[in-house]
Amino acid sequence: MKANYTRPLDLKSGRVDMNHGAGGRATAQLVSELFARAFDNPWLAQGDDGAVLPAPAPGERLVMAADGHVVSPLFFPGGDIGSLAVHGTVNDLAVMGARPLYLSASFILEEGYPLAELKRIVDSMAAASRAVGVPVVTGDTKVVEQGKGDGVFIATTGVGALPAGRAPGGARARPGDVVLVSGSMGDHGMAILAVRESLAFDSEIRSDSAPLACLVESLFGAVPAEAVRVLRDPTRGGLATTLNEIARQSGAGMLIEEAAIPVHPQVEAACELLGLDPLYLANEGKLIVVCDPEHAGAALAALRAHPLGAGAARIGTVTADEHHFVQLRTALGGMRMLDWLSGEPLPRIC
Amino acid sequence: MKYVDEFRDGELARGIGKAIRREANPARDYAFMEFCGGHTHAISRYGVIDLLPQNVRMIHGPGCPVCVLPVGRIDMAIGLAMKQSVTICTYGDCLRVPASDGLSLLKARARLDKSRADIRMVYSAADALALAQREPQREVVFLAIGFETTTPPTALVLKQAQALGLKNFSVLCNHVLTPAAIVAILEHPEGNGVQLDGFVGPAHVSTVIGSRPYDFVAAQYKKPVVIAGFEPLDVMQSILMLVRQVNDGRFEIENEFTRAVTRDGNRKAQALVAEVFGLRDSYEWRGLGSLPQSALQIRPEFAAWDAEAKFGLSYAPVADHKACECGTILRGEKRPADCKLFGTVCTPETPMGSCMVSSEGACAAHYNYGRFRDVAVVAA
Repeated sequence: MKANYTRPLDLKSGRVDMNHGAGGRATAQLVSELFARAFDNPWLAQGDDGAVLPAPAPGERLVMAADGHVVSPLFFPGGDIGSLAVHGTVNDLAVMGARPLYLSASFILEEGYPLAELKRIVDSMAAASRAVGVPVVTGDTKVVEQGKGDGVFIATTGVGALPAGRAPGGARARPGDVVLVSGSMGDHGMAILAVRESLAFDSEIRSDSAPLACLVESLFGAVPAEAVRVLRDPTRGGLATTLNEIARQSGAGMLIEEAAIPVHPQVEAACELLGLDPLYLANEGKLIVVCDPEHAGAALAALRAHPLGAGAARIGTVTADEHHFVQLRTALGGMRMLDWLSGEPLPRIC
Repeated sequence: MKYVDEFRDGELARGIGKAIRREANPARDYAFMEFCGGHTHAISRYGVIDLLPQNVRMIHGPGCPVCVLPVGRIDMAIGLAMKQSVTICTYGDCLRVPASDGLSLLKARARLDKSRADIRMVYSAADALALAQREPQREVVFLAIGFETTTPPTALVLKQAQALGLKNFSVLCNHVLTPAAIVAILEHPEGNGVQLDGFVGPAHVSTVIGSRPYDFVAAQYKKPVVIAGFEPLDVMQSILMLVRQVNDGRFEIENEFTRAVTRDGNRKAQALVAEVFGLRDSYEWRGLGSLPQSALQIRPEFAAWDAEAKFGLSYAPVADHKACECGTILRGEKRPADCKLFGTVCTPETPMGSCMVSSEGACAAHYNYGRFRDVAVVAA
């Protein structure tokens, strides 16, 4: 007896076609043979229109975050759009203080995109989601005509649980608070740019794409929850823009020490070559912590004790400033503003 | 970073700062113009002002190539893309310069049918040439701007295009000359008497043309020039050298940037430029007006790759916004914060004038790096 009457998806040399997004048999086949198989969890296996999930524990609140991923190129040193889609959304939940629980993933595929490459992306996404223990429980697939997409776009939504007592928020920075970063700035942005512009450097610059949930848990394990005023991942716009966001939300200013900000020498050199500032480049695995000064030492030690925070540093303090200026004491000894990113100095990077 | 960190050392900077404070005569003021946008950027980005005494004032000059590009020239490029369906390639900062009808190259880009025309950012003239080679069905025009530094690479691609017989590539030339701009500053008739005690001379420009072309500034106008590199310590050292010249009553052309600049410059590059370009009779600069023999045009031998000849373009001047003070700021007569539009309607996101566009422009540098100085900030 024949096992089934459907020829399996050609994951070696097949390509995405319009049928894969039409909602019929081809769509169902793509979902079952690629997505459901890679992500492999009971919610997805049910094949329903949504996932039925347990309510959070009493006292916990739900946190939800959405993220769209349109990175070019889709594969880069240190990651790809699949793992990035998981990390980006997990990090959005983690910096809310939440434990990430579930993800959704919507794929917008371009007609003609090789299925083999799509499989690489989906496998990478599945591996990243397993590594962080956050399953992709529901999803969607659409196909757009050739020329109307950029290979693969992924939109993700994450749901997490916020334990009682935790309430980090951008508006909570107070004058005197200490500003910490978990490591070097600009690695992701420069890794993407180096590939896109075919810049050949002696040593490869790798994206820092990583899930921050575990690092955040270490932090909350080391200091009282209320001491963690603000958590942020400095993605688009980099450190400079994120600090300005926090300053504006909190109605405060900041004084940052340029010499204390960690930047990899390769990233610094590449920035020098291209006339860019690493403080405006995107990061996908770094944390900014604004912390009560009394617990700043313990917070810094907790970050440094974790592999993803080994390069953590104390970079400045929150000031009282009605203009919400983020000022930088330059390595030269002068002062200047570390302003918002203005316009888009780079092509889109994440 | 080897060969860079050495020129950003805080301890050395404080040492030079002390020397300037010690040697600057407290009974007088010093006003020096940094000609190049690169110096303006370095001064702002590294907070050099904080290391100088109050009686030493730095004035931004017209040496930002984006800032001196008049609206009419951007309009020419936008017209080419929108009406003649060409692909314009240019350096990033040019894309945001305000043009007529509320447009800029970036805004015009959003209106184009990308299958026929486009506006793209490139890092070099060679990137534009490579695009033309890669996509022969595409008509590529490189919008070339800049002072003597960026001119040799443009000359090179014109020669390459000629050698390749490339039919879908041309250059819209807006290369301008530094000495002409210095003369314009020193002789500007409308100037309200900005008193300059000397110039921090161009860095990269001088690697090409050498220090000799500035001799007239000392000989005819009796102003000292110190050619300086773009690193903050270069700038500080050159300010110290200018203070010393002023104190001594000297007006000489000195060279702080000896690691890259010689008296005669790069003769090979000069010969290349002379082969491809000739002088324009007149060229309009933003803020400085039409200046004779202040810009380059592509020689007739290369007319097939000269976008102005190829597409029959002619320049039509366009008036700047009435309240925009870019002109007076470029001439050093006003500071950015003196402009009514600064920081209100004119910001880096919504630039009204070109000085707010490039990070090397006086207004953008002050807005992005220095506007905290305009208000009192309470420390924690």
